[in-house]
This record gives sequence, C-alpha cells and structure tokens, in this order.
Amino acid sequence: MPIGAGRLLKFTIRARSDELCRMRDAVRACVEASGCSETPTADIVLVIDEACQNIIRHAYKGDPDGEIELRIDREGENLVFALLDRAPLVDTENVKSRDLDDIRPGGLGTHFIRELMDRADFLPRPGGAGNLLRMTKRIE
Amino acid sequence: MQHTLREEQGALVIALEGDVDLEHSPKAREILLSGIGQGKNVFVDMSGVTYIDSSGVASLVEGFQRAKTQGSTFALVAVNPAALRVLQLARLDRIFVIHATLSEGLDGGA
Repeated sequence: MPIGAGRLLKFTIRARSDELCRMRDAVRACVEASGCSETPTADIVLVIDEACQNIIRHAYKGDPDGEIELRIDREGENLVFALLDRAPLVDTENVKSRDLDDIRPGGLGTHFIRELMDRADFLPRPGGAGNLLRMTKRIE
Repeated sequence: MQHTLREEQGALVIALEGDVDLEHSPKAREILLSGIGQGKNVFVDMSGVTYIDSSGVASLVEGFQRAKTQGSTFALVAVNPAALRVLQLARLDRIFVIHATLSEGLDGGA
C-alpha cells in the first residue's frame, strides 16, 4: 500500500459525519501497520477524527460536498499527517484550545490535537485555496 | 450506536454501545437528556462504547450539567480504558462520578 517514498496513506472522504468512521478505520490500519502500539494508535485516530470534525464544522461549515484529504508519511521516527481541504481560509488566530476548567460541552478537539501530537501547524494549503493541518507524531 | 434503557433499584440505566462520535452524538444527547428528564437518578453504562470523541463527551457533559441542575445523580459506570483515556485527556474524569460497576454505583451513588 505504500505510495511513493515514505508515503503510507492517501485517503479522501467527503466532509460529512457519516464518513468519519471510514477515515478512522483507514488511519487505525495504517498507524498499526507502521508499528504503533495500542494507546498511541488510539490517540492518533482520535486526533485525526477531531481535526476532520473541525474541518467539517468550522472550515466547510457543514457543506457536505467538501472533501478532506489525509496523507500520512513516514519521516524517520516520525509519522507526518497532512489534512488538506479546499474550504475558505481559516483564521488560525481562532484555532485555540479552551480552558479545561471551564466545564461545558464542546471545544475539546483542538485541545486533543495540541495535547497528543508532538507538533501541529495550521497553514494555508500550498498552491491553491484551502487549508493544511500538518501534524507530527514520534513513533514510540 | 445502539442503546438500551432499563430500571434498576429505581434508577434509570442507559447503556450506550458502539461509536459515540459526531454522527451519533446528537442521538446520544437526546437519549441522555430524555432519561434525565424522567427525574430519576441516571447511570450511563459505558462498557459497550467502542469509541468516543469530543462530541460524545459533550453529550455526557450536557447530561451531567442537566442532572446537576435538577439535583439528580448522573454517573458513568464500567468505562472501558479507551473511553476513560478520552475523559482523562479532557480532565473530566475528575468531574464525572465514575463507578467501576453498576452494582457499585447503585449501592453507593444513588
């Protein structure tokens, strides 16, 4: 299944909640095959799911025709995740974790991303309209 | 996601099964709030939950807050390690009442 040097997965879904299960299954299979143990695998699946949810809700704003593309690459001891969309550019100033002492529904997705990944950068999509979330996780 | 409802010792036991994710959390929220609306103490059996994300956690938070407002018990029971990790990441394991088993909750939490 490797696609090119270092590429472990390229997977695209529609920006809909009923597509997220397929994305989780694909990520889980890929990350497990790369040698991740159970807990880091579950963490990565959660992060990708949460990131896709943010794209569905905040970037595409519920437009079900949008697409989300995930690329997973191996770079040495790191897994590098790139989530790309073609939604209007998101103001990264608004992408913040919330105060966890404020007990209320919602707003946890960005916290999970920041907490569980070694690095996460919210960027414009190179070469065209859209957004790129680039995340790195060291394989333990 | 599937769910079952039953009464035990006057409390309402809501058992959630499967993925409590963005697709299914609106249903989970509806089930939880409807159950809490009956005025009984509510125990959410999480043993069958295979996956939970922030939207599922948000449903639990809303249930917790609704029950607190009306003065009834809202507790989670038999939370599997994967779901517990998500609650810990959200630092909600210190907020929710969590029992290892339903019998423990019914004996001491209702």
